[in-house]
Amino acid sequence: MESTNAPASTEPEAVPPGPVVVEGSDSLTEMDPLRIARVGEGNTLLQVRGLKKHFPIIGGLLKRQIGTVFAVDGVDFDVNAGETFSLVGESGCGKTTLGRSILRLIEPTAGTITFAGRDITHISADELRPLRRKMQIIFQDPFGSLNPRMPVSDIIGEGLFAQGMKDRKARDKKVEDSLELVGLRREYTRRYPHEFSGGQRQRIGIARALALGPDIVVCDEPVSALDVSIQSQVLNLLIDLRRDLNLTYIFISHNLSVVQYFSDRVGVMYLGRIAEVGAVEQLYKDPRHPYTVALLSAIPDPNPRRRKKRLVLKGDVPSPAAPPKGCRFHTRCWLREKLGNPERCSTEEPQLRDFGGGHQTACHYAEQISAESVASAVETQWVLETAVADPA
Amino acid sequence: MTEVIDAPAPRGAPPPDDVLLEVRDLRTYFHVLDGTVPAVDGVSYTLKRGKSLGIVGESGSGKSVSALTMMRLLDIPPAEIRSGEIWFDGKEILGMPMEEMRKLRGNDMAMIFQEPLTSLNPVFTIGDQIAEQVERHKKVNRKAAWDRAIEALQLVGIPSPERRVKQYPHEMSGGMRQRVMIAMALSCEPKLLIADEPTTALDVTIQAQILELLKTIQERTDSALMLITHDLGVVAEMVDNVIVMYAGQVVEEGTVDEVLVNPRAPYTMGLLESIPTVDKRGGRLSAIKGTVPNPFNMPPACRFEPRCPYAWELCHDKGPDLYRAGAAEQRARCHLHTPAGAGRLPEAIADHDRRMNVGQGIV
Repeated sequence: MESTNAPASTEPEAVPPGPVVVEGSDSLTEMDPLRIARVGEGNTLLQVRGLKKHFPIIGGLLKRQIGTVFAVDGVDFDVNAGETFSLVGESGCGKTTLGRSILRLIEPTAGTITFAGRDITHISADELRPLRRKMQIIFQDPFGSLNPRMPVSDIIGEGLFAQGMKDRKARDKKVEDSLELVGLRREYTRRYPHEFSGGQRQRIGIARALALGPDIVVCDEPVSALDVSIQSQVLNLLIDLRRDLNLTYIFISHNLSVVQYFSDRVGVMYLGRIAEVGAVEQLYKDPRHPYTVALLSAIPDPNPRRRKKRLVLKGDVPSPAAPPKGCRFHTRCWLREKLGNPERCSTEEPQLRDFGGGHQTACHYAEQISAESVASAVETQWVLETAVADPA
Repeated sequence: MTEVIDAPAPRGAPPPDDVLLEVRDLRTYFHVLDGTVPAVDGVSYTLKRGKSLGIVGESGSGKSVSALTMMRLLDIPPAEIRSGEIWFDGKEILGMPMEEMRKLRGNDMAMIFQEPLTSLNPVFTIGDQIAEQVERHKKVNRKAAWDRAIEALQLVGIPSPERRVKQYPHEMSGGMRQRVMIAMALSCEPKLLIADEPTTALDVTIQAQILELLKTIQERTDSALMLITHDLGVVAEMVDNVIVMYAGQVVEEGTVDEVLVNPRAPYTMGLLESIPTVDKRGGRLSAIKGTVPNPFNMPPACRFEPRCPYAWELCHDKGPDLYRAGAAEQRARCHLHTPAGAGRLPEAIADHDRRMNVGQGIV
């Protein structure tokens, strides 16, 4: 069988996970100039600089702009070829907007996105189309992201068609290959989304993303909607595909346990900015931002013998339409309170500072974080006082 | 050794006085177009006064239906309570007239729902909604009921409650709404608080707030807590005892420490193995193969058998009961804990331990 996607291949270069070239069909380009850029790991595949996405709030009698949501507000990071870079944060922190801006599914307001050495921020739709093959996305909701009126063959085949694979037979073959790749049966092509379980639908979503042979896949909460026992099946699949197809992932999640298990590097987002970024090993063991400390402390551990006292943050996440002045986290910051509310936190916005080994933190007082300061913050907090930050 | 634990208790006898809630052999079935779904199929458990019980399971395991049956909030039909008794505070409530049940609900037993936005009425103020039930149950006037509402909001840590009572649900954040739900549940000082996935819709840091709040409140008011969740981490931190449900049945029960540290039912073992933890980083998660069984076509004997890595012929022929397993209070629904399975047990446990530590962790 001339299988095109040979996951077991030990030589990824020999069997590129790229488009299938079927004889006699008007297939996609055989030579793939972009592949050159990612030969050799450790190369920067994606570079994001100063990225901003602001949404206008339209309202009032005259439907004028009455405000701005600063969803993503100045974000820098690099993603190396072959690594899994995770973005974590709570809802409203801008992680999904960021993920979609990178793919230009929504147009960024400012900043640059460089993919495989090429600035793609301002290129036209025509120029972007061939690049889209290389950058795919897996959506969170396996129920909402598949068109209920389309059979699987069209759901997965649509992208192939748009990318120029006009021959029906070739397309169907590719669809079947993709299904097999994600552990579904080839016969499923004629079925509709409602005939599948949640886990299977998510596999279809993954097959759709992989059919085009991408280099980088944005995984937007790919397992959040799934039951625990199904979650691990999908995570294992993503890990296998990463290894076999040499993929780079941008993994967006609010689940810190999954991120810890799954990724190489992680960026913690808060209100549209990156608060801390670093290798998982470093960041989980030695967090340098008070927000990261609180996030890690909030993970519920299924082992009751490892039960610990939590550091509970006060109040809610402020609205991204009116982010606090100075450090965005200062309204909920336990460290600032411990230090006697220094003025700097509410006046000067902290920039990312290097702590070695690519570990960066945006906190003026990152050096003050220690086991002792965390322990004493845990002791002094009383949970019934936590719901402060009342908008006047 | 093979003592059958879930044999139905003799009917009619009320449980001892320190037991607040006792459910005996409850069977709730749904009659739908395609057939009959045994959503809850022979479930028994007890909850003592002031204690907490976690009910864990994936979607479709019957954990929510068992709570709704208890509150008598199911429409009959399509639901049918085929058998069972529920003793609450010395009274059997399944056979109770609805009029009497209404006096219990919201008063002695109160429920916190998963979705605070859809569970609150958008056209009434927070104060109206809390005061309504205080007025009804405690037979006080409007003014006293509103004062009680303000007090309840204060108890759950909502700042300036005098102003908040006059607000509508849409004026509040998700975490704040969940606090309102808790305040509402607490307003009549219930003996039993049922929380159905209370933090699933919330962010991590807000989840931490709400969990701490529930814990503090339970300690202070000395009410019993029944926590329904799919999150084993939440269970580990919140409750004394836990039951694990699968396909409408209890597959394991015991103290949190027993069940989550040394699980003895293959389903619980598999569930814990599949959760990503720091110990598994760098290794491969072991996944439970297959999917939950079709409720119209349950496996004939053990319901977990088709997915079970330890199953043998017996499991296909005869459904297991709950057997004493491992530690003192622990029971598991698995033939491994009968003489027939005793030879296979050590290997299964060794297998589980290996799968729990597949990775190198963070070094």
